[in-house]
Amino acid sequence: MTQLPPALRELQDEIKSYADEFGLDTFPVVFETVDYRHMCEIAAYGGFPVRYPHWRFGMEYDHMLKSHTYGLSKIYELVINTNPCYAYLLEGNSFVDQKLVMAHVYGHCDFFKNNYFFSHTDRRMIDGMANNAARVRRYMDRQGVSNVETFVDTCLSVDNLIDPWLPFRRKESRRAAEPAAAEAEAEPSGPEPGRLHNTRSYLEGYINPPELLAAQKAKKKQADEAQKRKNPPHPERDVLGFLMQYAPLEAWEADVLGIIREEAYYFLPQMQTKIMNEGWATYWHSRIMTTRALRDDELIDYADAASGVTAMGPGQLNPYKLGVELYRHIEDRWNTGRFGKEYDECTSLSQRAAWDKKLGLGRQKLYEVRRMHNDVTFLDEFFTEDFCREQKFFTYKENRRTGRLEIEGREFSKIKQQILQQLSNFGQPFIYVVDANYLNRSELLLGHRHEGVDLKMDYARDTLRNVERIWRRPVSILTVLDDKPKRIRFDGAEISMSDEPAAFRV
Amino acid sequence: MISRIEQDHSRFREIIRGKIRQNLRKYISRGDMVAPKGQGTVAIPMPQINIPRFVHGDNSGQGVGQGDGEPGDPVGGSGKDGQGGAGKAGEQEGGKALEVEVTLEELAQIMGEELGLPNIQPKGTHSLETRKDRYVGLRNTGPESLRNFKATYKRALRRQVAMGSYDPARPVIVPIREDRRYRSWRTDPRPQTNAVIIYMMDVSGSMGDEQKEIVRIESFWIDTWLRSQYKGLESRYIIHDATARVVERDVFFRTRESGGTMISSAYKLCAELIDAEFNPEQWNIYAFHFSDGDNWSVDDTATCIQLVKHQLLPRCNQFGYGQVESPYGSGQFIKDLRSAFAKNIALVTSEIKSKDDIMDSIREFLKGGR
Repeated sequence: MTQLPPALRELQDEIKSYADEFGLDTFPVVFETVDYRHMCEIAAYGGFPVRYPHWRFGMEYDHMLKSHTYGLSKIYELVINTNPCYAYLLEGNSFVDQKLVMAHVYGHCDFFKNNYFFSHTDRRMIDGMANNAARVRRYMDRQGVSNVETFVDTCLSVDNLIDPWLPFRRKESRRAAEPAAAEAEAEPSGPEPGRLHNTRSYLEGYINPPELLAAQKAKKKQADEAQKRKNPPHPERDVLGFLMQYAPLEAWEADVLGIIREEAYYFLPQMQTKIMNEGWATYWHSRIMTTRALRDDELIDYADAASGVTAMGPGQLNPYKLGVELYRHIEDRWNTGRFGKEYDECTSLSQRAAWDKKLGLGRQKLYEVRRMHNDVTFLDEFFTEDFCREQKFFTYKENRRTGRLEIEGREFSKIKQQILQQLSNFGQPFIYVVDANYLNRSELLLGHRHEGVDLKMDYARDTLRNVERIWRRPVSILTVLDDKPKRIRFDGAEISMSDEPAAFRV
Repeated sequence: MISRIEQDHSRFREIIRGKIRQNLRKYISRGDMVAPKGQGTVAIPMPQINIPRFVHGDNSGQGVGQGDGEPGDPVGGSGKDGQGGAGKAGEQEGGKALEVEVTLEELAQIMGEELGLPNIQPKGTHSLETRKDRYVGLRNTGPESLRNFKATYKRALRRQVAMGSYDPARPVIVPIREDRRYRSWRTDPRPQTNAVIIYMMDVSGSMGDEQKEIVRIESFWIDTWLRSQYKGLESRYIIHDATARVVERDVFFRTRESGGTMISSAYKLCAELIDAEFNPEQWNIYAFHFSDGDNWSVDDTATCIQLVKHQLLPRCNQFGYGQVESPYGSGQFIKDLRSAFAKNIALVTSEIKSKDDIMDSIREFLKGGR
């Protein structure tokens, strides 16, 4: 570990004092300067230089190094969600850049520490990753590099099939499970199945004939039994966890699958809060730089760098830009009181424009938002029509005739819907384990909850093959293709597709 | 100790080259190897392996953007290149291969590194040195004609802000002597040598479009490499079926003739061309011949071998024969050449079965550094 040069150490103390002054609540931050090769290396490993060996890290490295060499992109900073928080600075960056990066890092670190969605992550993940790597290496020694690597590839094929809410449900469901189990033993106390409501007791025998009630009861009991035997009892989104628990894997395979699952859950909140996280860091580097840290002669270089960060390519949403603008908008709204029933119901444009209740609640609101929200709820709650208009959002569409992307319109509801759809489940399809004993042949049935976009078919087929490799029995998935419900099945030899009566719903 | 990333990196490259993990090859997205873009630059796709996952398909070209414009206005870029990308919160999976744009010079350098090609030792005493100036940076002094406006402006603006004489309401920037920045240059000496590549291609009926595509890509790379080694590289193109003729570059790659194949006709023409235009004393001559290896007769093959032995090899730095696999050809010719010139290093043969073999084949051709 290299010692930070004295100039940068002083700078860190300075920036830290500003962060404290603004009330940012961070883990201790450890800065390190690294050269660009090293930076690409760490970035390729997702911030952890101690990951298990795998070619995809080499691929990331290759791309980043080439992009850097050809001047396509440059990694300014890298910060990981641990306690203490490790952050890497690029050696040879100008002093102003380092200043900006440090301020940015403190923003991220505050977010890691305080956002609810990060609360379940392991803050000592460096150790966790190193342990995982050591175990994978050991398996490679025993089983052969190629065998382990092939299995890792297979598992990576399903590493996006996790349940974002699982980390938060775990505690509660465990608590709830215990009394529920005791209750299940007792006779269910609900209304008798099939009994119709009847206020006239003399008609009881006609309205609710006893033999019918008995038949209904037996039927329900049977259904309950079947439900109890069913695995999983309800469609399960944590496909990785399910496979780990029920697939016929060898010990080392189950462990490797577990490692991939653990790391997937660790990185999950970063995907869930991309816009918020980057926006928050951008908001703070801009606030700290422009009101405190910046010296006069650094202004131009700062402006240059900062505008690069929030630059918006055509037809793209830059999470830095969208995030920071939204935070600023919120701060302004809560400072001036532009929220609540009164403001919403005001129809006079001039009144709305001049609205100022001098509440000064902006900062407080910002901290609340960064604690409670993720990207979806953040956009859903605060992406208002005013904001949409001010920021000139539009929807675009491909013109079938020319193949060009063209602006379609600026209708607020459509824009918002589109953005939320892109963000929901961090852009991944919703896939469930439906039945582990499908057709009573211990085949695996997956279900794709169709939300308007079809699966990419060639990928889906190959993914099915990989799932089959893990499950070792035929695997099917219910999905929708061109508005027709379909079932795709891989039986170990070939892929087949058949029509289904109805689309999969949860 | 080799660092961890180096191990992962070399493993990735081995997969890309198809040395290990053949089952991953189908996920490699490579695209066309080179696509010209603008002046003197090309886009080379960076190879990428996409692990299949359940992901959303193409969302039929919809998305949200930000900025000015009326409905119906194009969103940035032009045509399909626009590829807006849906601005997904996560990484965009799949899609096309990443591309970087590089100049041809850089490309040759990359290729040299990738393939481990030796620099070529030019032959002949006839080498002149020329100089080439390149603008590489900035300096504080220089002629006014080379003043860099943007850098000067930035310096002046910075100074005025620092001095407090900058008025945002009236943003007038007056550069003074110290603010001025000028472009500076570096002079690179370059040895001048003369080189010519003579490409020959079999265009008989059995060479299909796919085979020609391979020849096109391969000759592009050979061209690029040799161009980086020689200044003023000439090229000549010869096509042949039963007879041979010298053609323009465009014609070379587009023509589809039919009929029989007499390779000797091309070799004869090549020898004549060298006699007429390129004195071997002064020129570095490279000849490459691409064919599917199906010659008309054994007699003609014998003639070819004689021609190569007595006419071509003594005059060329290198004679390369690349055999493209085609469904019709017998592929006999390469075996005949190999048995006749087993020990001669100036003759290089290479079999190219598919596009994936092009890189290996180029390395085969150029590794000699002749």
